[in-house]
Amino acid sequence: MNIKLLKLLSQNARYDLSDLAVMAGLTEDEAKKEIAEMEKEGLIRGYKAVIDWERLDSAKVSALIELKVTPQSDFGFEALAEKIAKYGEVESVYLMSGGFDFCVMVKGKTFQEVAMFVAKKLAPMSGVVSTATHFVLRRYKELDVVLCEGTGDDRGRMSL
Amino acid sequence: MDYNKVLNPTVTGLKPSGIRRFFDIAEEMDNVISLGVGEPDFLTPWHIREAGIASLESGKTRYTANKGLKVLREEIAKYNKRRFGLTYDPNTEVLVTVGGSEAIDGAIRALVSPGDEVLIPEPSFVCYDPITKLSGGIPVGIPTKAENNFRLTAEELKNAITDKTKVLIMPFPNNPTGAIMEREDLEAIAEVLEGTDIMVISDEIYAELTYGGKTHVSFASIGNMAERTVVIGGFSKTYSMTGWRLGYACGPEPILTQMTKIHQFAIMSAPTTAQYAAIEALRYGANDIEQMLDEYDSRRKMIVHGFNKLGLTCFEPEGAFYSFPCIKSTGMTSEEFCEKLLYSKHVALVPGSAFGASGEGYVRASYCYSIDHIKTALEKVGEFLEELKNA
Repeated sequence: MNIKLLKLLSQNARYDLSDLAVMAGLTEDEAKKEIAEMEKEGLIRGYKAVIDWERLDSAKVSALIELKVTPQSDFGFEALAEKIAKYGEVESVYLMSGGFDFCVMVKGKTFQEVAMFVAKKLAPMSGVVSTATHFVLRRYKELDVVLCEGTGDDRGRMSL
Repeated sequence: MDYNKVLNPTVTGLKPSGIRRFFDIAEEMDNVISLGVGEPDFLTPWHIREAGIASLESGKTRYTANKGLKVLREEIAKYNKRRFGLTYDPNTEVLVTVGGSEAIDGAIRALVSPGDEVLIPEPSFVCYDPITKLSGGIPVGIPTKAENNFRLTAEELKNAITDKTKVLIMPFPNNPTGAIMEREDLEAIAEVLEGTDIMVISDEIYAELTYGGKTHVSFASIGNMAERTVVIGGFSKTYSMTGWRLGYACGPEPILTQMTKIHQFAIMSAPTTAQYAAIEALRYGANDIEQMLDEYDSRRKMIVHGFNKLGLTCFEPEGAFYSFPCIKSTGMTSEEFCEKLLYSKHVALVPGSAFGASGEGYVRASYCYSIDHIKTALEKVGEFLEELKNA
Protein backbone atom coordinates (compact mmCIF):
# COMPACT_ATOMS: atom_id res chain seq x y z
CA MET A 1 0.00 0.00 0.00
CA ASN A 2 1.27 3.47 -0.84
CA ILE A 3 -0.56 6.40 0.73
CA LYS A 4 1.19 9.00 -1.41
CA LEU A 5 0.06 7.24 -4.60
CA LEU A 6 -3.48 7.01 -3.27
CA LYS A 7 -3.50 10.72 -2.49
CA LEU A 8 -2.18 11.59 -5.93
CA LEU A 9 -4.69 9.33 -7.67
CA SER A 10 -7.55 10.74 -5.64
CA GLN A 11 -6.50 14.21 -6.82
CA ASN A 12 -6.19 13.19 -10.43
CA ALA A 13 -6.58 9.61 -11.58
CA ARG A 14 -5.31 10.57 -15.00
CA TYR A 15 -1.78 11.53 -14.04
CA ASP A 16 0.69 9.76 -16.33
CA LEU A 17 2.35 6.80 -14.71
CA SER A 18 5.73 8.46 -15.17
CA ASP A 19 4.54 11.59 -13.35
CA LEU A 20 2.96 9.58 -10.57
CA ALA A 21 6.23 7.75 -10.09
CA VAL A 22 8.24 10.99 -9.87
CA MET A 23 5.84 12.60 -7.42
CA ALA A 24 5.70 9.54 -5.22
CA GLY A 25 9.46 9.08 -5.35
CA LEU A 26 9.23 5.66 -7.04
CA THR A 27 10.43 4.15 -10.29
CA GLU A 28 7.78 3.65 -12.95
CA ASP A 29 7.86 -0.08 -12.46
CA GLU A 30 7.42 0.24 -8.72
CA ALA A 31 4.51 2.63 -9.14
CA LYS A 32 2.86 0.37 -11.67
CA LYS A 33 3.23 -2.61 -9.38
CA GLU A 34 1.93 -0.73 -6.33
CA ILE A 35 -1.13 0.47 -8.19
CA ALA A 36 -1.86 -2.98 -9.60
CA GLU A 37 -1.62 -4.43 -6.11
CA MET A 38 -3.91 -1.84 -4.60
CA GLU A 39 -6.41 -2.51 -7.36
CA LYS A 40 -6.20 -6.22 -6.76
CA GLU A 41 -6.65 -5.82 -3.01
CA GLY A 42 -9.73 -3.74 -3.65
CA LEU A 43 -8.20 -0.67 -2.04
CA ILE A 44 -8.64 1.17 -5.32
CA ARG A 45 -12.17 0.43 -6.50
CA GLY A 46 -12.35 2.44 -9.71
CA TYR A 47 -11.46 5.63 -11.56
CA LYS A 48 -14.13 8.11 -12.58
CA ALA A 49 -14.28 11.58 -14.06
CA VAL A 50 -15.87 14.42 -12.09
CA ILE A 51 -18.51 15.69 -14.51
CA ASP A 52 -20.56 18.83 -14.30
CA TRP A 53 -23.75 17.24 -15.64
CA GLU A 54 -25.71 20.42 -15.20
CA ARG A 55 -24.04 21.80 -18.30
CA LEU A 56 -25.97 19.29 -20.37
CA ASP A 57 -29.64 19.66 -21.33
CA SER A 58 -30.14 16.02 -20.52
CA ALA A 59 -28.92 16.59 -16.97
CA LYS A 60 -29.61 13.82 -14.51
CA VAL A 61 -31.68 14.31 -11.43
CA SER A 62 -30.49 13.06 -8.11
CA ALA A 63 -31.88 12.90 -4.65
CA LEU A 64 -30.77 12.11 -1.15
CA ILE A 65 -33.18 9.68 0.49
CA GLU A 66 -33.32 9.37 4.24
CA LEU A 67 -34.35 5.86 5.19
CA LYS A 68 -35.45 4.75 8.61
CA VAL A 69 -35.33 0.99 8.96
CA THR A 70 -35.80 -1.78 11.48
CA PRO A 71 -32.58 -3.72 11.83
CA GLN A 72 -33.08 -7.42 11.22
CA SER A 73 -32.33 -9.66 14.12
CA ASP A 74 -29.73 -11.80 12.38
CA PHE A 75 -28.10 -9.40 9.98
CA GLY A 76 -28.47 -5.97 11.57
CA PHE A 77 -28.29 -3.36 8.83
CA GLU A 78 -26.07 -5.29 6.46
CA ALA A 79 -28.57 -7.40 4.53
CA LEU A 80 -30.86 -4.48 3.84
CA ALA A 81 -27.98 -2.22 2.81
CA GLU A 82 -26.68 -4.80 0.39
CA LYS A 83 -30.13 -5.21 -1.12
CA ILE A 84 -30.53 -1.45 -1.60
CA ALA A 85 -27.09 -1.22 -3.17
CA LYS A 86 -28.09 -3.69 -5.89
CA TYR A 87 -30.33 -1.18 -7.68
CA GLY A 88 -28.73 0.58 -10.64
CA GLU A 89 -30.56 3.77 -9.63
CA VAL A 90 -28.65 3.87 -6.35
CA GLU A 91 -25.35 5.76 -6.50
CA SER A 92 -24.34 5.32 -2.90
CA VAL A 93 -25.60 3.93 0.38
CA TYR A 94 -24.31 5.02 3.77
CA LEU A 95 -25.22 3.96 7.28
CA MET A 96 -25.68 7.14 9.28
CA SER A 97 -25.65 8.31 12.85
CA GLY A 98 -28.44 10.62 13.97
CA GLY A 99 -32.11 10.93 13.03
CA PHE A 100 -32.26 8.28 10.31
CA ASP A 101 -30.39 5.10 9.39
CA PHE A 102 -29.46 5.02 5.72
CA CYS A 103 -28.57 7.84 3.41
CA VAL A 104 -29.24 6.65 -0.15
CA MET A 105 -28.20 8.75 -3.15
CA VAL A 106 -30.48 7.97 -6.07
CA LYS A 107 -30.19 9.19 -9.67
CA GLY A 108 -32.68 9.21 -12.52
CA LYS A 109 -33.64 11.05 -15.69
CA THR A 110 -36.49 13.01 -14.16
CA PHE A 111 -37.85 13.93 -10.74
CA GLN A 112 -40.76 11.66 -11.54
CA GLU A 113 -38.50 8.71 -12.19
CA VAL A 114 -36.66 9.15 -8.90
CA ALA A 115 -39.88 9.64 -6.98
CA MET A 116 -41.35 6.49 -8.50
CA PHE A 117 -38.24 4.51 -7.64
CA VAL A 118 -38.55 5.56 -4.03
CA ALA A 119 -42.28 4.85 -3.92
CA LYS A 120 -42.18 1.51 -5.71
CA LYS A 121 -38.83 0.03 -4.71
CA LEU A 122 -37.39 1.55 -1.54
CA ALA A 123 -40.46 2.36 0.54
CA PRO A 124 -42.12 -1.06 0.28
CA MET A 125 -38.96 -3.02 1.17
CA SER A 126 -39.41 -5.08 4.27
CA GLY A 127 -37.60 -3.44 7.14
CA VAL A 128 -38.01 0.08 5.75
CA VAL A 129 -40.06 2.15 8.16
CA SER A 130 -40.08 5.52 6.40
CA THR A 131 -38.46 7.54 3.64
CA ALA A 132 -37.84 11.24 3.09
CA THR A 133 -36.74 12.40 -0.35
CA HIS A 134 -34.58 15.51 -0.86
CA PHE A 135 -33.89 16.44 -4.48
CA VAL A 136 -30.59 18.00 -5.39
CA LEU A 137 -31.27 21.38 -6.98
CA ARG A 138 -27.75 22.53 -7.77
CA ARG A 139 -24.24 21.22 -7.32
CA TYR A 140 -21.59 23.66 -6.18
CA LYS A 141 -18.82 21.25 -5.25
CA GLU A 142 -18.46 17.63 -6.24
CA LEU A 143 -15.77 15.27 -4.93
CA ASP A 144 -13.52 18.17 -3.85
CA VAL A 145 -13.97 19.96 -7.16
CA VAL A 146 -15.63 23.36 -6.98
CA LEU A 147 -18.10 23.64 -9.86
CA CYS A 148 -19.00 27.32 -9.56
CA GLU A 149 -16.69 30.00 -10.98
CA GLY A 150 -13.51 30.53 -8.97
CA THR A 151 -11.39 33.65 -8.76
CA GLY A 152 -8.64 32.35 -11.06
CA ASP A 153 -4.98 33.19 -10.67
CA ASP A 154 -4.80 36.90 -9.93
CA ARG A 155 -1.16 36.89 -8.94
CA GLY A 156 1.26 38.98 -10.95
CA ARG A 157 3.56 37.04 -13.22
CA MET A 158 6.77 37.86 -11.45
CA SER A 159 7.72 38.62 -7.89
CA LEU A 160 10.86 38.06 -5.90
CA MET B 1 12.51 71.54 -10.00
CA ASP B 2 15.70 69.54 -9.81
CA TYR B 3 14.56 66.60 -7.77
CA ASN B 4 18.06 65.20 -7.63
CA LYS B 5 18.88 68.04 -5.27
CA VAL B 6 16.01 67.31 -2.91
CA LEU B 7 15.97 63.54 -2.83
CA ASN B 8 17.98 61.56 -0.32
CA PRO B 9 21.13 60.40 -2.15
CA THR B 10 21.18 57.16 -0.15
CA VAL B 11 17.76 56.34 -1.58
CA THR B 12 18.43 57.50 -5.12
CA GLY B 13 21.66 55.52 -4.96
CA LEU B 14 19.81 52.24 -4.35
CA LYS B 15 19.73 50.20 -7.51
CA PRO B 16 16.15 49.64 -8.54
CA SER B 17 15.86 45.90 -8.61
CA GLY B 18 17.82 45.21 -11.81
CA ILE B 19 15.13 42.90 -12.89
CA ARG B 20 12.36 45.45 -13.06
CA ARG B 21 12.60 45.92 -16.83
CA PHE B 22 12.41 42.18 -17.42
CA PHE B 23 9.44 41.90 -15.08
CA ASP B 24 7.63 44.65 -16.94
CA ILE B 25 8.06 42.82 -20.24
CA ALA B 26 6.66 39.64 -18.69
CA GLU B 27 3.66 41.47 -17.25
CA GLU B 28 2.84 43.08 -20.60
CA MET B 29 3.18 39.98 -22.77
CA ASP B 30 0.17 37.81 -23.69
CA ASN B 31 -0.17 34.12 -22.87
CA VAL B 32 2.77 33.94 -20.54
CA ILE B 33 3.35 30.70 -18.67
CA SER B 34 5.00 31.95 -15.55
CA LEU B 35 7.03 30.11 -12.96
CA GLY B 36 8.04 33.52 -11.70
CA VAL B 37 6.10 34.29 -8.56
CA GLY B 38 7.19 34.06 -4.97
CA GLU B 39 3.81 33.44 -3.42
CA PRO B 40 1.52 30.44 -2.98
CA ASP B 41 -1.17 29.73 -5.55
CA PHE B 42 -3.43 28.45 -2.77
CA LEU B 43 -5.91 30.88 -1.32
CA THR B 44 -5.87 31.45 2.43
CA PRO B 45 -7.73 28.48 3.97
CA TRP B 46 -11.38 29.39 4.38
CA HIS B 47 -11.57 29.07 8.17
CA ILE B 48 -8.76 31.61 8.45
CA ARG B 49 -10.46 34.01 6.05
CA GLU B 50 -13.66 33.50 8.02
CA ALA B 51 -11.93 34.50 11.24
CA GLY B 52 -10.86 37.74 9.55
CA ILE B 53 -14.40 38.37 8.32
CA ALA B 54 -15.87 37.58 11.75
CA SER B 55 -13.54 40.11 13.35
CA LEU B 56 -14.81 42.79 10.96
CA GLU B 57 -18.42 41.81 11.64
CA SER B 58 -17.88 42.15 15.35
CA GLY B 59 -16.42 45.60 14.84
CA LYS B 60 -12.71 44.96 15.36
CA THR B 61 -11.74 47.86 13.15
CA ARG B 62 -9.42 49.84 15.40
CA TYR B 63 -5.68 49.86 16.07
CA THR B 64 -4.37 47.08 18.22
CA ALA B 65 -1.61 47.45 20.80
CA ASN B 66 1.59 48.59 19.05
CA LYS B 67 3.20 45.21 19.56
CA GLY B 68 0.13 43.40 18.28
CA LEU B 69 -2.82 41.73 20.00
CA LYS B 70 -1.75 40.10 23.24
CA VAL B 71 -3.58 36.88 22.35
CA LEU B 72 -1.74 36.72 19.04
CA ARG B 73 1.64 37.31 20.69
CA GLU B 74 0.82 34.52 23.14
CA GLU B 75 -0.07 32.19 20.27
CA ILE B 76 3.16 33.11 18.46
CA ALA B 77 5.18 32.35 21.59
CA LYS B 78 3.38 29.01 22.06
CA TYR B 79 3.87 28.11 18.42
CA ASN B 80 7.60 28.82 18.54
CA LYS B 81 7.86 26.76 21.69
CA ARG B 82 6.08 23.70 20.33
CA ARG B 83 7.55 23.81 16.81
CA PHE B 84 11.12 24.94 17.41
CA GLY B 85 11.69 24.73 21.14
CA LEU B 86 12.14 28.50 21.46
CA THR B 87 11.12 30.36 24.59
CA TYR B 88 9.91 33.94 24.21
CA ASP B 89 7.98 36.14 26.58
CA PRO B 90 4.92 37.31 24.64
CA ASN B 91 4.93 40.59 26.54
CA THR B 92 8.47 41.69 25.84
CA GLU B 93 10.04 39.46 23.20
CA VAL B 94 7.46 39.25 20.42
CA LEU B 95 6.51 41.96 17.94
CA VAL B 96 3.77 41.58 15.33
CA THR B 97 4.75 43.31 12.09
CA VAL B 98 3.50 44.13 8.62
CA GLY B 99 4.85 40.99 6.99
CA GLY B 100 8.24 39.45 7.60
CA SER B 101 9.60 42.34 5.54
CA GLU B 102 8.87 44.95 8.17
CA ALA B 103 10.41 42.72 10.83
CA ILE B 104 13.62 42.48 8.76
CA ASP B 105 13.63 46.23 8.24
CA GLY B 106 13.08 46.90 11.94
CA ALA B 107 15.75 44.43 13.03
CA ILE B 108 18.36 45.88 10.69
CA ARG B 109 17.50 49.44 11.68
CA ALA B 110 17.65 48.59 15.37
CA LEU B 111 21.08 46.99 15.06
CA VAL B 112 23.00 48.63 12.23
CA SER B 113 24.82 51.97 12.56
CA PRO B 114 26.66 53.76 9.75
CA GLY B 115 29.81 51.86 8.79
CA ASP B 116 28.66 48.53 10.25
CA GLU B 117 29.02 45.53 7.99
CA VAL B 118 26.12 43.18 7.42
CA LEU B 119 26.95 39.71 6.13
CA ILE B 120 24.45 38.41 3.61
CA PRO B 121 24.74 34.87 2.27
CA GLU B 122 23.86 34.94 -1.42
CA PRO B 123 21.93 34.16 -3.50
CA SER B 124 19.13 35.36 -1.27
CA PHE B 125 16.04 37.51 -1.11
CA VAL B 126 16.68 41.03 -2.31
CA CYS B 127 15.76 43.25 0.63
CA TYR B 128 18.70 42.84 3.03
CA ASP B 129 21.15 44.83 0.91
CA PRO B 130 19.08 48.00 0.34
CA ILE B 131 17.75 48.08 3.91
CA THR B 132 21.29 47.83 5.23
CA LYS B 133 22.31 50.77 3.03
CA LEU B 134 19.38 52.84 4.30
CA SER B 135 20.86 52.45 7.77
CA GLY B 136 24.27 53.53 6.48
CA GLY B 137 25.52 49.97 6.84
CA ILE B 138 27.70 48.13 4.38
CA PRO B 139 26.25 44.96 2.88
CA VAL B 140 28.84 42.24 2.42
CA GLY B 141 27.73 39.31 0.30
CA ILE B 142 28.93 35.80 1.09
CA PRO B 143 28.50 33.65 -2.02
CA THR B 144 27.22 30.17 -1.17
CA LYS B 145 28.07 27.34 -3.51
CA ALA B 146 26.14 24.68 -5.38
CA GLU B 147 28.66 22.05 -4.25
CA ASN B 148 27.70 22.83 -0.64
CA ASN B 149 24.00 22.64 -1.53
CA PHE B 150 23.97 26.44 -1.18
CA ARG B 151 24.44 26.17 2.56
CA LEU B 152 26.58 28.67 4.42
CA THR B 153 29.77 27.07 5.72
CA ALA B 154 31.73 28.06 8.82
CA GLU B 155 34.80 28.64 6.64
CA GLU B 156 32.95 31.07 4.35
CA LEU B 157 31.61 32.91 7.36
CA LYS B 158 35.01 33.14 9.05
CA ASN B 159 36.58 34.58 5.94
CA ALA B 160 33.93 37.28 5.72
CA ILE B 161 34.13 38.51 9.30
CA THR B 162 36.03 41.74 9.98
CA ASP B 163 36.16 43.96 13.05
CA LYS B 164 33.31 45.95 11.51
CA THR B 165 30.95 42.99 11.19
CA LYS B 166 27.77 43.73 13.10
CA VAL B 167 25.09 41.42 11.76
CA LEU B 168 24.85 38.10 9.99
CA ILE B 169 21.67 37.46 8.02
CA MET B 170 20.62 33.81 7.99
CA PRO B 171 18.16 33.45 5.11
CA PHE B 172 17.19 29.77 5.41
CA PRO B 173 15.15 27.96 4.10
CA ASN B 174 16.36 30.02 1.20
CA ASN B 175 14.68 31.98 -1.53
CA PRO B 176 15.78 31.42 -4.36
CA THR B 177 17.84 28.24 -3.93
CA GLY B 178 15.56 26.17 -1.69
CA ALA B 179 18.58 25.38 0.50
CA ILE B 180 18.13 24.61 4.17
CA MET B 181 20.58 24.53 7.07
CA GLU B 182 20.52 21.42 9.22
CA ARG B 183 21.39 21.29 12.89
CA GLU B 184 25.07 20.46 12.39
CA ASP B 185 25.43 23.23 9.78
CA LEU B 186 23.96 25.70 12.25
CA GLU B 187 26.16 24.42 15.05
CA ALA B 188 29.25 25.10 12.95
CA ILE B 189 28.05 28.66 12.33
CA ALA B 190 27.27 29.12 16.02
CA GLU B 191 30.78 28.05 16.92
CA VAL B 192 32.22 30.82 14.77
CA LEU B 193 29.97 33.42 16.36
CA GLU B 194 30.48 32.26 19.95
CA GLY B 195 32.38 34.89 21.90
CA THR B 196 31.86 37.64 19.29
CA ASP B 197 29.35 40.51 19.37
CA ILE B 198 27.98 39.63 15.96
CA MET B 199 24.20 39.59 15.93
CA VAL B 200 22.06 37.31 13.80
CA ILE B 201 18.85 38.09 11.94
CA SER B 202 17.46 34.69 11.10
CA ASP B 203 14.85 35.03 8.38
CA GLU B 204 12.84 31.86 8.90
CA ILE B 205 9.78 32.86 6.91
CA TYR B 206 9.80 29.49 5.08
CA ALA B 207 10.30 27.47 8.28
CA GLU B 208 7.21 25.32 7.74
CA LEU B 209 8.13 24.47 4.17
CA THR B 210 10.77 21.76 4.36
CA TYR B 211 10.70 18.42 2.62
CA GLY B 212 11.92 14.87 2.69
CA GLY B 213 11.30 14.42 6.40
CA LYS B 214 13.66 17.27 7.32
CA THR B 215 12.17 19.61 9.87
CA HIS B 216 13.35 23.16 10.21
CA VAL B 217 15.81 23.93 12.98
CA SER B 218 15.76 27.51 14.21
CA PHE B 219 19.13 29.17 14.59
CA ALA B 220 17.97 30.56 17.92
CA SER B 221 17.58 27.02 19.27
CA ILE B 222 21.30 26.28 18.88
CA GLY B 223 23.35 26.54 22.09
CA ASN B 224 22.97 30.01 23.54
CA MET B 225 22.48 31.67 20.15
CA ALA B 226 19.05 32.97 21.22
CA GLU B 227 20.74 35.87 23.04
CA ARG B 228 22.12 37.23 19.74
CA THR B 229 19.33 36.21 17.38
CA VAL B 230 16.24 37.92 16.09
CA VAL B 231 13.98 35.31 14.50
CA ILE B 232 11.76 36.52 11.67
CA GLY B 233 8.56 34.58 11.00
CA GLY B 234 5.31 35.19 9.23
CA PHE B 235 2.04 33.98 7.87
CA SER B 236 2.39 34.71 4.15
CA LYS B 237 4.12 31.57 2.98
CA THR B 238 2.96 29.21 5.72
CA TYR B 239 -0.76 29.85 5.46
CA SER B 240 -0.94 31.39 1.99
CA MET B 241 -1.63 34.80 3.50
CA THR B 242 0.64 37.06 1.42
CA GLY B 243 -1.97 39.76 0.96
CA TRP B 244 -2.83 40.02 4.64
CA ARG B 245 0.62 41.46 5.35
CA LEU B 246 1.46 39.89 8.66
CA GLY B 247 4.68 38.68 10.19
CA TYR B 248 6.57 38.87 13.41
CA ALA B 249 9.94 39.12 15.10
CA CYS B 250 11.01 37.29 18.24
CA GLY B 251 14.20 38.02 20.10
CA PRO B 252 15.91 39.35 23.22
CA GLU B 253 13.97 42.04 25.04
CA PRO B 254 16.55 44.86 24.64
CA ILE B 255 16.46 44.49 20.85
CA LEU B 256 12.71 43.96 20.62
CA THR B 257 12.12 47.06 22.74
CA GLN B 258 13.99 49.18 20.19
CA MET B 259 12.28 47.45 17.27
CA THR B 260 8.92 48.10 18.88
CA LYS B 261 9.82 51.79 19.09
CA ILE B 262 10.59 51.94 15.37
CA HIS B 263 7.40 50.01 14.62
CA GLN B 264 5.35 52.31 16.83
CA PHE B 265 6.55 55.44 15.03
CA ALA B 266 6.61 54.09 11.48
CA ILE B 267 3.67 51.70 11.42
CA MET B 268 1.59 52.10 14.59
CA SER B 269 0.27 48.53 14.55
CA ALA B 270 -0.10 45.69 12.08
CA PRO B 271 -3.47 45.25 10.31
CA THR B 272 -6.12 44.31 12.86
CA THR B 273 -8.14 42.01 10.60
CA ALA B 274 -5.02 40.08 9.68
CA GLN B 275 -4.11 39.69 13.34
CA TYR B 276 -7.43 38.07 14.17
CA ALA B 277 -7.10 35.75 11.18
CA ALA B 278 -3.58 34.86 12.30
CA ILE B 279 -4.81 33.72 15.71
CA GLU B 280 -7.07 31.23 13.95
CA ALA B 281 -4.19 30.14 11.71
CA LEU B 282 -1.86 29.40 14.63
CA ARG B 283 -4.54 27.60 16.63
CA TYR B 284 -6.18 25.53 13.92
CA GLY B 285 -4.00 25.74 10.83
CA ALA B 286 -1.65 22.76 11.28
CA ASN B 287 -3.77 20.63 8.98
CA ASP B 288 -3.70 23.24 6.23
CA ILE B 289 0.08 23.33 6.36
CA GLU B 290 0.27 19.57 6.09
CA GLN B 291 -1.98 19.52 3.02
CA MET B 292 -0.18 22.32 1.23
CA LEU B 293 3.18 20.85 2.06
CA ASP B 294 2.18 17.52 0.57
CA GLU B 295 1.10 19.25 -2.61
CA TYR B 296 4.30 21.35 -2.82
CA ASP B 297 6.33 18.21 -2.35
CA SER B 298 4.72 16.51 -5.37
CA ARG B 299 5.38 19.60 -7.46
CA ARG B 300 8.92 19.90 -6.18
CA LYS B 301 9.71 16.39 -7.30
CA MET B 302 8.14 17.00 -10.69
CA ILE B 303 10.02 20.21 -11.37
CA VAL B 304 13.41 18.96 -10.17
CA HIS B 305 13.04 15.76 -12.17
CA GLY B 306 11.90 17.79 -15.18
CA PHE B 307 14.87 20.19 -15.19
CA ASN B 308 17.38 17.43 -14.62
CA LYS B 309 15.88 15.47 -17.49
CA LEU B 310 16.29 18.51 -19.72
CA GLY B 311 19.95 18.66 -18.78
CA LEU B 312 19.60 21.74 -16.59
CA THR B 313 21.16 20.30 -13.47
CA CYS B 314 18.95 21.03 -10.53
CA PHE B 315 20.11 20.56 -6.97
CA GLU B 316 17.37 19.11 -4.81
CA PRO B 317 15.78 21.95 -2.90
CA GLU B 318 14.78 20.94 0.62
CA GLY B 319 12.90 24.05 1.64
CA ALA B 320 10.70 26.95 0.47
CA PHE B 321 8.98 26.52 -2.91
CA TYR B 322 11.66 27.22 -5.47
CA SER B 323 13.91 25.18 -7.68
CA PHE B 324 17.19 26.64 -8.86
CA PRO B 325 18.40 24.85 -11.99
CA CYS B 326 21.82 25.60 -13.47
CA ILE B 327 21.80 26.98 -17.00
CA LYS B 328 25.56 27.29 -17.48
CA SER B 329 25.48 24.51 -20.10
CA THR B 330 23.70 26.91 -22.47
CA GLY B 331 26.62 29.35 -22.35
CA MET B 332 24.23 32.20 -21.64
CA THR B 333 24.00 34.50 -18.65
CA SER B 334 20.91 33.89 -16.57
CA GLU B 335 19.39 37.16 -17.74
CA GLU B 336 19.98 36.32 -21.39
CA PHE B 337 18.51 32.87 -20.86
CA CYS B 338 15.39 34.21 -19.18
CA GLU B 339 14.85 36.96 -21.71
CA LYS B 340 15.23 34.67 -24.72
CA LEU B 341 13.03 32.04 -23.13
CA LEU B 342 10.38 34.65 -22.45
CA TYR B 343 10.42 36.03 -25.99
CA SER B 344 10.56 32.71 -27.80
CA LYS B 345 8.38 30.50 -25.56
CA HIS B 346 6.58 32.95 -23.30
CA VAL B 347 7.83 31.13 -20.23
CA ALA B 348 8.83 33.39 -17.36
CA LEU B 349 11.61 32.40 -14.97
CA VAL B 350 13.65 34.70 -12.74
CA PRO B 351 17.37 35.10 -13.50
CA GLY B 352 19.47 33.88 -10.59
CA SER B 353 21.57 37.02 -10.83
CA ALA B 354 18.61 38.97 -9.45
CA PHE B 355 19.46 37.42 -6.07
CA GLY B 356 23.11 38.41 -5.97
CA ALA B 357 26.12 37.92 -8.21
CA SER B 358 26.57 34.31 -7.10
CA GLY B 359 23.16 33.48 -8.57
CA GLU B 360 24.64 33.97 -12.04
CA GLY B 361 24.39 30.79 -14.09
CA TYR B 362 21.13 29.76 -12.43
CA VAL B 363 17.46 30.54 -12.80
CA ARG B 364 14.71 30.44 -10.22
CA ALA B 365 11.62 28.43 -11.07
CA SER B 366 8.88 28.58 -8.50
CA TYR B 367 6.62 25.60 -8.04
CA CYS B 368 3.68 27.51 -6.67
CA TYR B 369 1.74 26.25 -9.65
CA SER B 370 -0.41 23.27 -10.59
CA ILE B 371 1.24 20.11 -11.89
CA ASP B 372 -0.25 20.71 -15.35
CA HIS B 373 1.10 24.24 -15.41
CA ILE B 374 4.56 23.07 -14.37
CA LYS B 375 4.53 20.34 -17.01
CA THR B 376 3.56 22.75 -19.76
CA ALA B 377 6.29 25.18 -18.72
CA LEU B 378 8.88 22.37 -18.66
CA GLU B 379 7.83 21.22 -22.13
CA LYS B 380 8.34 24.74 -23.44
CA VAL B 381 11.74 25.00 -21.81
CA GLY B 382 12.58 21.69 -23.48
CA GLU B 383 11.55 23.05 -26.88
CA PHE B 384 13.64 26.14 -26.24
CA LEU B 385 16.74 24.10 -25.41
CA GLU B 386 16.20 21.94 -28.49
CA GLU B 387 16.02 25.02 -30.69
CA LEU B 388 19.20 26.37 -29.11
CA LYS B 389 21.03 23.18 -29.97
CA ASN B 390 19.84 23.28 -33.55
CA ALA B 391 20.53 26.97 -34.02
